[in-house]
Order: sequence, then structure tokens, then C-alpha cells
Amino acid sequence: MKPINTINLTAALLLISAATQAALAADEPSAMDVVRHANRVAYYQGKDGRADVKMTITDDQGRTRNREMTILRWDQPDPNAAKAGATAQDADKADEYCGDQKFYVYFHRPADVNRMAFLVWKHLDKEDDRWLYLPGLDLVKRISSADKRTSFVGSNFFYEDVSGRHINDDTHELTKTTDTYYVLKSTPKDPKSVEFGYYLSWIHKTTFVVVMQEYYDKDGQKFRAYKALGMKQIDGYWTVTKSEMADLRTKSNTVLEYDNVKYNVGFPEDVFTERYLRRAPQSYLK
Amino acid sequence: MTVLGADEPALPAGAPTTQPATGTATNTPGAGEPALPTGAPSTGEPPLPSGIEQPKGPTTGQAPGAVRKPQPAGTNWLQAMGLSGFLDFRAGIRTQHDPHEKQASLGETRAQLDFQKTWNKVTFKVVADFLEDPVPDHQEVDLYRGRGWIDLRQANAAFGLTSWLDVKAGRQILTWGTGDLLFINDMFPKDWQAFFIGRDVEYLKAPSDAVKMSFYSDLANLDVVYTPRFNADRYITGERISYYNSSLGRLAGRDAEARVDRPDECFQDDEWAARLYKNVQGYELAAYGYWGFWKSPGGFDPATARATFPRLSVYGASVRGQVGAGIGNLEAGYYDSRDDRNGDDPFINNSQFRFLAGYERDLPMIARDLTVGVQYYVELMMQHDQYVQSVRALHAGMPTADFARQVLTFRVTKLLMDQNLRLSLFAYYSPTDADAYLRPNVNYKIDDHWSAEVGGNVFVGQVPHTFFGQFRDNSNVYAALRYSF
Repeated sequence: MKPINTINLTAALLLISAATQAALAADEPSAMDVVRHANRVAYYQGKDGRADVKMTITDDQGRTRNREMTILRWDQPDPNAAKAGATAQDADKADEYCGDQKFYVYFHRPADVNRMAFLVWKHLDKEDDRWLYLPGLDLVKRISSADKRTSFVGSNFFYEDVSGRHINDDTHELTKTTDTYYVLKSTPKDPKSVEFGYYLSWIHKTTFVVVMQEYYDKDGQKFRAYKALGMKQIDGYWTVTKSEMADLRTKSNTVLEYDNVKYNVGFPEDVFTERYLRRAPQSYLK
Repeated sequence: MTVLGADEPALPAGAPTTQPATGTATNTPGAGEPALPTGAPSTGEPPLPSGIEQPKGPTTGQAPGAVRKPQPAGTNWLQAMGLSGFLDFRAGIRTQHDPHEKQASLGETRAQLDFQKTWNKVTFKVVADFLEDPVPDHQEVDLYRGRGWIDLRQANAAFGLTSWLDVKAGRQILTWGTGDLLFINDMFPKDWQAFFIGRDVEYLKAPSDAVKMSFYSDLANLDVVYTPRFNADRYITGERISYYNSSLGRLAGRDAEARVDRPDECFQDDEWAARLYKNVQGYELAAYGYWGFWKSPGGFDPATARATFPRLSVYGASVRGQVGAGIGNLEAGYYDSRDDRNGDDPFINNSQFRFLAGYERDLPMIARDLTVGVQYYVELMMQHDQYVQSVRALHAGMPTADFARQVLTFRVTKLLMDQNLRLSLFAYYSPTDADAYLRPNVNYKIDDHWSAEVGGNVFVGQVPHTFFGQFRDNSNVYAALRYSF
């Protein structure tokens, strides 16, 4: 007797339900949004940055080795950024651009790598360019970068952990959201090129710092784990100041401590050239 | 209350807590959860938005003593003074009997002190080796040729004169060019003796007493090196390595050490070297020039029976860049032997054309930390016919060099044990000379200070008068222990 009213009521309910779903979905970011934001916080804060890094590598018998280095980073500015006279909002927008980068690593310890320098031009669309300077020989050696998942100076961190894995190399899925974290599962698009099957990331909702990562091998066994142990806000940027990477199979781990972290130092791009491999930029390394 | 699930990681020390809308978050964790670490910002304070300058002094979220430099134990005072160095104990023995040399090829204790400090934007660097070496008979100090108990490796001052000009003056090690243990446009002095007897590869490069000026611009960069008094190679004299003596027509060593006539007039017998270079889209392009002398004896004066260093100019170019998954390089150079342009003087090296092609890459598909490199190198002697005629005119049966001497090199390096163990092999092989030189090496980093090394220098040759074949009685093995500080 009142079919039209029932239909209207059902339709109204469906509409309300859909609207609510849409409203809820709008609060929840997509996996890619989370990944982009976390990537920016991990590798791209400010126009440039520097840090003194102390690395403690502990093997399965508790013996330790130390590496000390200073890392300088320069970000390619957004080619579409507003010209001079940009507002603070525009500057913020410019900071969101995550493109190519340049890194300069100057080693202090141990003694046999003292004053060696390592230069990387990170490219998103092609292989990175890498150079190593050996001061005893005045030799600028060009290094192939085909293998990014190889140990960085003997630690449990890979080159790719230091310079940043490209966010489009994996498919990311937001598996759950808790009060504190976004939990992502990332699966490689080219499984043959990596040693892991997938990895999980816990990303802090407030700061988008990656607090933990767990790597699972192709049999689903957890074999590698990253943890952020300490963080602080420096120049307004949330910065991980202490982190650990553990290899669960070899029972070794590496602890990284960052000190003297600065952002927006204003390095000229030409610090990241052969000129400064042969003659270390002392003023920036202090 | 910030409730962390059972499988959720604890927030790092210093992290801000997540704030629900009411702003009543506390630091009290729920049951079964890890406590939030100390140092986290006080409750109710949202994190500062990015771009806002932190005020000086302790603020929310900053642990006290935030700008602390890392304090390594023990050697910090050395680093603060700009000093570092090593103690190296090294011994080597020939693997066959050489009638012209001692059986011990190497037996030395070396202490290197490296001092570097920057004052008023000038960087001073001194590197000196103190050596206890009983193998050679001569022990008088000669800083120029690196003999005696002190070998001054570097003593220089480097500074930026303007924003586009850097200067480095004094004793320094200089290297350019793209070859791997093969040199076309690197005309800086080399110590072949150290290279062959098993000293660290750092000692292949001998110091130059020179002034290097580096000009930088957006168009290209230019290095100019002026050496006021000719810096020869530390060439083979027969004192420790036996060699082919063409006057005697046989291998010789301590019984016939080479006597040389070296150009040594300051400012008259000088050298100029230049490199113009630019990085274009990741490809390193360079053009080179050298005006000086043959670095190892390239001539012979029959009147005085002394080896000489005839005049030489070198013009060359190179390119290096990514090729596929590896690094490729090409280099070429023309050696203009100015004192024998016709090629008919049998006592002076002829002009040459040298070419090199190399490729190096990692092989992650085979193993971790495995790098392989190959090179093809060829030396073409100009006016070869005139050379052969002139030599035959002197001595009918004298062996002559080929028009094209070709060399292939192969390098393989594997790192093991968290990159603390390094296995490497570098091999030169000449199909035209039918000789080879192999450099196997195993290096183990015992800890952050101590390292141990074992290696060999193997010379193989069908005839005694080719470049590597002449050293065939010098094959040796060596071991070393080094303490770095």
C-alpha cells in the first residue's frame, strides 16, 4: 500500500549511509598519501640538511665496530616553485616536492677511512651516480650503483635505507589505523630485485615518522627489523635522532645516532661536485 | 589516554603523544603496554608546525644538551689535533730464486703520521712515513726519491684564492684519468718498485712537488699543475727488482743497476699538466695535456752509457659514465716523443698512440658485494718500421717491440663477513707480449684499528724482454699487519 514511501525511506537511508561512509573515508588518508608524507619526513625535510652520524655495529658475539661520518643533503628544488617573493605557504608547498637529491658523506672514523668522501646524486628516473674519493691516492673513483640493497659501510643499513627507497618501487596497502599509527604493508613491484617478500611499516599519525619496520622474506618469516628509538623536533622538523636496524638471522644490529642536525643550512649545489671531494668543505663539516 | 595495541611498537623517546579532541591525553599507558619513554613533550602540547624557528635554549621535546658532538672513547684528542696515521709491519719473499737479487723482497716497519689542520681558511697537510727497511743497502735520506728512514709523502697548503680558483702548493699526491692501474693521461709520478714488491697500493703514486691551480666555472673546470723541477717515476733500477737490460741483452739487477741522467734544473726542466673537464648529464668528459719528459727512462745515451728522460708531450681525452648497470670509460692519448719525431733514433722511445676502454659493474645476481671490471688497452708505436730498421742496424739479433702492444685487465673483488674481509684479484694479461702480472690480495679488518693482509705479485712471461715478462724472477708473496689510529 505504501511502496513509494518504503522506496523513499530505503533510498534516504542508503543516501545517508553513503554520505557517512564518504565523510569517514575523507578523514582517512590513502596508503599513497601516508607513504608520500612519511617519505618526505624521512628524507626530504627542509631544502637541505646535515647531520653527524655515529654508527655502532654489534655482531652476534657482542663485539662492536664504530663508524663516524657527517652527511650533507641537498634537495632538487621544485622546478615549478614560485619565484622570489614566495609566501610562507608557497615555501611550504615547495617543501612538498620530493625529487632528485645529492648527498655528501665525509668519514671520520675508523682511522682507515678517515677523510674519505662519498658523493651520491640520487635520481628518481634512472640509476644514481656515485663517487668515492680516496685521499691517500687523490683518486676519484666512480662506483656502479646497480646493487642498492648492499650493506652501507659494513652496517645493517643498506645504501637504499640511507638515500631512500623510491616510493613507487612497491605497492602500498593501509592494513589498519590505530590511535597512534598507520600500519602499511608494502609489496615490491619487482620481487626479483629485492631480498624481501614484503615489509610492514608503523607510521606515527601525528608526525609521520616511521617508528618501526619489519621485513618478511619470501617464506613469510620476519628477518629484519627497524626501530626509531628517539626523536626530537629540530628547526620545527620532527627528526629521528636514534634508530636501530637488526638482522634477525645473523643476530647483528646497527644503532645510528644523529647529532648536530641542522636544516636549511643553504649549501650551494656545487658542494656536491668533484671539487669538494678533493677538498672537503670544512666549514660545512664542522 | 594513548592506548597502544599489544603488537604496536612503543613510541620513540621524545615523540609527541597522539591527542584526542578533548586534549586530556596523559602519559599513563594502559595495561600490557610499554610506558611512553621519558623526554616526550608534556601533555596537551601539539607539535610545532614545520617552518617555525625553534627558540634558543631548551624547549618542548628537546632533551637537555641537544647539540652535543659525538664523543668517541680514547682517540678523540688525536682527532682534535688533526693527527692520524698507522703502524705497518710488512714482509715479503720471492717464490723463486733470482740470481741478481736478495731472496727477501720486502721487510719493513713503517709508521705514517698524517697531520691536517685548517687555519684562516688555509688547510695545511703533512704526511710523513718513518721507515725501518733493512732490505736495500743504501740508507741515506733522499726526500726527492723517497729513500732512507723518512719518506715525505705530502707537505702542502691548500686554499681558495677566489670563489672560482683553488690552489694547492707543495708536495702532494695527484691523480686523474679513468684507467684502473693503467695510465694514459695521468702523467704524475708512480713508484713501480713499491707496486711490484707488495707495498700498499697507496704507494703506487709517488709525490709531486708542484703547484696545482683549479679554475671553476659553469662552462667547464680547468686544473693546471706546474712542477718546477721534473718529478720522475720511482722507476725500476735493478736494486730490488731485476729487469731486462737491453745493453747487456739479459736480465740484470743489483749487478747492473741503471745509471740515469735525469733532468733536474729548476724552472728549466719543468713540467706542465692540464685537465679541462665537465660533467654533462652524469657523463664525465675531460681533455688533457702534458708537456715534460718521459717519466720512466725512455732513452739511452750511448756516449755516457746512461739512461735518459727524453722530452715528451701528451694530448688526450676521456669520457666516463653509466653504461647499462655499470660504469664504462674510454680514454685515449697521443704521446709525442719530441726528441725522436722521425722514429729513427733507436735510443729514444718513439711516439705512441694509447687507447683504453673499460667496464665495471656489481653482479648482485651472482652474489652480494661482488664487483667485476675489465679493460682493453693498446699501445701503438708510431714510425714502427723506422724503429725496427734502426734497431737492426745497431744489433742484428736484437728483439724489437711489436707495433701494437695489447693488454687486457681483469679485476674481481668480493666482500665477506659484513664487508670486513676483502678478497681481490687484479690481473694484467698481454696476448701480444705473451706475459701477465697477477695481484691477488686478501685483507681482513680485525677490528676498528687492526687489519691483516696477505697477497702476491706473480709475473709470468714467455720471453725475458717484454714489459711484465722481464720481472719473472721477482714473483713474490707478502704479508702485513697494520694498526691504524
